[in-house]
Amino acid sequence: MEKEQNRILNDVTSGEYKYGFYSDIETEKIPKGLSEDVIRLISAKKEEPEWLLEFRLKAFRYWQTMKMPLWANLKIPEIDYQDIIYYAAPKPKKITGNIEEIDPDLKKTFDKLGIPLDEQQHLAGIAVDAIMDSVSVKTTFRETLAESGIIFCSFSDAVKEYPDLVRRYMGSVVPYTDNFFAALNSAVFSDGSFCYIPKGVRCPMELSTYFRINAANTGQFERTLLIADEESYVSYLEGCTAPMRDENQLHAAIVEIIAENHAEVKYSTVQNWYPGDKEGKGGIFNFVTKRGLCRGENSKISWTQVETGSAITWKYPSCILQGDNSTGEFYSVAVTNNHQQADTGTKMVHIGKNTKSTIVSKGISAGFSQNSYRGLVKVLKKASGARNFSQCDSLLLGDKCGAHTFPYLEVDNHTAIVEHEATTSKIGEDQIFYCNQRGISTEDAIGLIVNGYAKEVINKLPMEFAVEAQKLLQISLEGSVG
Amino acid sequence: MLTINNLKAAINGKVILKGISLEVKAGEIHALMGPNGSGKSTLAAILAGREFAEVLEGTVTYMGKNLLEMPAEERSREGIFLGFQYPIEIPGVSMVNFMKSAVNEHRKYKGLEPLSASDFLKLMREKKELVEIDSKLANRSVNEGFSGGEKKKNEIFQMAMLEPKLAILDETDSGLDIDALRIVANGVNKLRRPDTSAIVITHYQRLLDYIIPDVVHVLYDGRIVKTAGRELAIELEEKGYDWIKRDAEKNNSDE
Repeated sequence: MEKEQNRILNDVTSGEYKYGFYSDIETEKIPKGLSEDVIRLISAKKEEPEWLLEFRLKAFRYWQTMKMPLWANLKIPEIDYQDIIYYAAPKPKKITGNIEEIDPDLKKTFDKLGIPLDEQQHLAGIAVDAIMDSVSVKTTFRETLAESGIIFCSFSDAVKEYPDLVRRYMGSVVPYTDNFFAALNSAVFSDGSFCYIPKGVRCPMELSTYFRINAANTGQFERTLLIADEESYVSYLEGCTAPMRDENQLHAAIVEIIAENHAEVKYSTVQNWYPGDKEGKGGIFNFVTKRGLCRGENSKISWTQVETGSAITWKYPSCILQGDNSTGEFYSVAVTNNHQQADTGTKMVHIGKNTKSTIVSKGISAGFSQNSYRGLVKVLKKASGARNFSQCDSLLLGDKCGAHTFPYLEVDNHTAIVEHEATTSKIGEDQIFYCNQRGISTEDAIGLIVNGYAKEVINKLPMEFAVEAQKLLQISLEGSVG
Repeated sequence: MLTINNLKAAINGKVILKGISLEVKAGEIHALMGPNGSGKSTLAAILAGREFAEVLEGTVTYMGKNLLEMPAEERSREGIFLGFQYPIEIPGVSMVNFMKSAVNEHRKYKGLEPLSASDFLKLMREKKELVEIDSKLANRSVNEGFSGGEKKKNEIFQMAMLEPKLAILDETDSGLDIDALRIVANGVNKLRRPDTSAIVITHYQRLLDYIIPDVVHVLYDGRIVKTAGRELAIELEEKGYDWIKRDAEKNNSDE
């Protein structure tokens, strides 16, 4: 048995990373390195207004005074910020008359990723903003959505077309002073998605952003700004992939969400950045700041994430529950295999009265990986009647990986009810044998058991993505246990 | 169908099976009885392919193939079914999903297309009736929160779904009340065909009132010490195992 276990453990990841290809697309890049000049160059390339350049420069100057945070349970190799290209854009081909037409090579790339950019072959009811490296290459269904007053476009377009909205909300949830990577992003961000749902509108389709890193030696720094005005609803999806490369690539994004009175935002992520090879070489460093502000009464923000990729994940999608009776939710499955490291979780900050939050975190560790849940539940003095329920489960596959839980509680209101449950389990040999005895192979048995374990979270994803996520879980863990 | 020849096996260095020989022909039901710790469950687990015991010696041939070389899932697909003494819980995995995976793996092995969702559900319905099982069961997680009786019925239900050639039922009767026992036994009998066989492991004769065995073996201290017809089970019920133990020990010392 021991031998068998070792054999399978050593077999770790026969599962291939499906999206590891590189597209040979002519790309405009600026030289490596980071300085005020580089920031001015990015801003100029994007033909930005002065106020935005000022914002970037302030952020940059602030960033220079900061140090990389070391509190996470991660071993992060030193990052040389002068060795990164901060802007890389696929070169537009000669325009053939139709401005909306996109480069066939780009289209091919996204087709290969399963993201058709043709509205005719669209995924059922999903509008996509496709971002390659530093720029948005296409946003589908812009016009259809505009009919209901919804703005869905690239961040760059939003800066040009809706400067007042951008200026009012950008940095209001995640200020550039928030943390090291947020400051860096605020200085160099190149594109991202912008979305505004007007008062009383229920967005008729899923909105999504697909992030693709393609060019070598570049970092991707995008921001997403999502505003749900009073009594509106939107479901937002995010997907991401990158080519397989031996060197690490940095992805430092910001997502800001604002929900006004009675508005609801559901934000789902299937994170599948290249995780590195089985020796731990290469892969994406995913250092992301995601935060939602439930500003209005009875507003709700729900984060669902399935994290299978990245060499290192540092990410805590959070909710600031400012409006009375507002609700924050965080549902997460984080899988680490081989030498992946993840330090992920959430922050729920209860400010308003009768605010509620739910945290369900399911960690799955295999190989030599380290998987940490880190979560903060903070109840402020005035948040009477606040409620939180947290459940943090860890599942271990094999005996060389680690699972860690770091829950922090800060409760300043005595009427608050805060519950925390945590479990750690291993996939039992007897469970696998039971499946084997019914004709199910060990690999499939693990897939079945892991998906069963993660079901509560996966069920929160929109249908098509739930199916994808299930497959992804299985692939990510292929060959990882005996 | 199954030929076991001088099988010796150890767990953690301790010899549990000390030379078992047994032949099960198509259509036969064999009862395997014996006191606790005699090696019954170990034998069942080895036949099903659980890799916790080390086979020291001997051969097992199933349908002309070397069974010991087959991984557990292949044995299942070849028609060997083990009804677990203690069925395993798999939280979050619904019975529907579990059985669909199992049935379709079996079909794939036979070169058949997977069943459509509606055909599969129809099959589930049929088989559920056969074992008089609660139809809500299908949406529950595998064995999670099942009562002892439900777990055992669920084993027979799975057996009905997979239609094995050789069923090995490891103390399927233990912990059952008389009604559940009848249902389980009826299930087994209804699934009986001239080309299928079963090895029924039990402590008690009462199961054998419902499932009529062709042959009864008594396993003691890793050996089959007595083989006879159905009447042996009745004799054991009356006299207990002590006389078997005495005979066996006497034979041992004679050797």
